[in-house]
Amino acid sequence: MYTQGLDAAGADARADSAASDDEAALLQRFQRRVDAEEKIEPKDWMPERYRSTLIRQISQHAHSEIVGMLPEGNWITRAPTLQRKAILIAKVQDEGGHGAYLYSAAETLGVSRDQLIDQLLSGKAKYSSIFNYPTPTWADVGAIGWLVDGAAIMNQIPLCRCSYGPYARAMVRVCREESFHQRQGYDIMLRLSQGSAAQRRMAQEALNRWWWPALMMFGPPDADSTHSSDSQRWKIKRFSNDELRQKFVDFTVPQAQFLGLTVPDPELRWNEAAERHDIGAIDWREFEQVLKGNGPCNAERLAARRSAHEQGAWVREAASAYAEKRRARGASRAA
Amino acid sequence: MSAAPAPPGEPALLRYLLRLGDSSLVLGQRLGEWVGHAPAVEEDLGLANIALDKIGQARLLLAYAGEVEGRGRGEDEIAFLREHGEYLNPVLVEQPNGDFGQTIVRQVLIDAYQLELYERLASSTDARLAAIAAKTVKETRYHLRYSGGWLVRLGDGTAESHARVQDALERLWPYTVELFAEDEVDRAMTDGGIAPPLAAIQAAWSVRIDGILDEATLVRPRDRPYAWFGKRGEHSEHLGYLLAEMQYLQRTYPGARW
Repeated sequence: MYTQGLDAAGADARADSAASDDEAALLQRFQRRVDAEEKIEPKDWMPERYRSTLIRQISQHAHSEIVGMLPEGNWITRAPTLQRKAILIAKVQDEGGHGAYLYSAAETLGVSRDQLIDQLLSGKAKYSSIFNYPTPTWADVGAIGWLVDGAAIMNQIPLCRCSYGPYARAMVRVCREESFHQRQGYDIMLRLSQGSAAQRRMAQEALNRWWWPALMMFGPPDADSTHSSDSQRWKIKRFSNDELRQKFVDFTVPQAQFLGLTVPDPELRWNEAAERHDIGAIDWREFEQVLKGNGPCNAERLAARRSAHEQGAWVREAASAYAEKRRARGASRAA
Repeated sequence: MSAAPAPPGEPALLRYLLRLGDSSLVLGQRLGEWVGHAPAVEEDLGLANIALDKIGQARLLLAYAGEVEGRGRGEDEIAFLREHGEYLNPVLVEQPNGDFGQTIVRQVLIDAYQLELYERLASSTDARLAAIAAKTVKETRYHLRYSGGWLVRLGDGTAESHARVQDALERLWPYTVELFAEDEVDRAMTDGGIAPPLAAIQAAWSVRIDGILDEATLVRPRDRPYAWFGKRGEHSEHLGYLLAEMQYLQRTYPGARW
């Protein structure tokens, strides 16, 4: 679904000013191309920090898609109708497809998928905080589609114009599918909100669970965001966290009203002068705790990914061994 | 365990459609358990894809069964609100996923069967079933390419993978007897030109399976005489749990729309 730019700038954050004259010229040409809205392609020269920022962001995005299969996958076997089951399988399958697609985009920057997966499983790499929340009821599947995919779209539509070609192109396809996911989530919520008292309660409780975590998906407030300035200069990021969050709130509040649900924020007000919704304070301590691994499902999600990886090891080894045998047989036949 | 006769007055076509529909439904349900937990993301996608096709087939077949039944039940009432003994899938498809190898063995055995079956059902005298079969056969061809490809890789991969899938084959093979155990429903279908004789499918299935096992360097297990009769509603212990999970919301909130 998307990335929050979660890692603090690392050892690779050396100052561009320390670069040699040659590099300075390359850097200037690079920035001119970015400013002219040209796409940067894998074989083009790029600053190391541009490369490492993109690897971090694209791989976090890929990991989020893969981990994101778990909370909704949790409901595939219990989906209430055959049509809902089919749609949910297709949706979760799309998320897996996005993950595979994004790992490939990251690989164009010189890392391997295996390295990236190792980083995820060792806990070194991050993924979106949102997937560390549980899906106890069917309404959570609706709320994820509506709010989480809705927030992802806000974040990803500008990424379709990201300066790095492979990422931008991946996002075009991903956004089309996310838009379908958002609609299916809203459709689940709509049906629940028109249903029995128990179903309406289920929908309201899911909104209560997902509203604040969805707002946190846009990342820390602009004042505290460590990555925004470089990313904006390089046209990886075109809007600030707070701008995107506001857009999401303004888009989503009327939808909640249409559903007859109450957004769980007593301070939520329409600000006539500013023509936007003002919201109450976000509990950033919760966000930090979830990022640190202390969210409700962090351990469970990572354990599920590790278990799938470990239990699949013999399968992957067999596939490699078989491919090797075939190569050897082909070679001996050719000889 | 003696096989329960069909309830009096229940047409053979209805029972036959439930057998086909429940086979797809229960297998789709099992494959859905894998999504997010497969050995690699490509396998998450592959298994999800087959699950999706299976649920799609189940919808077409169970909706048709509902029409034949004529009591106004739609696909969901049939899929979610019957009792254990009313599900008529062969016991093979309700067997637990086990490891990836066991899932693949189960899939090969049933894909090869369904491919032979649906190729012939495509020329059924029942036009509706023929149309469903024409769509299903295309999907099943792809499913067998996937499952057969994996069985060859695992069988001819490492010593460990070979041992695992040979073991799964021994474990699941006895459940294949039921696929070819003809009863009065099958005979009624054959007599009416609706479905092919099971003997013809068995011969073709056997050749196909031998070909795959040979390439996978696996040994075909000995046949055993005992047949389960899931297709008459006599199931293994595993189906109840699967149904409890699948039916949970429909049972908890009777009459709710989703």
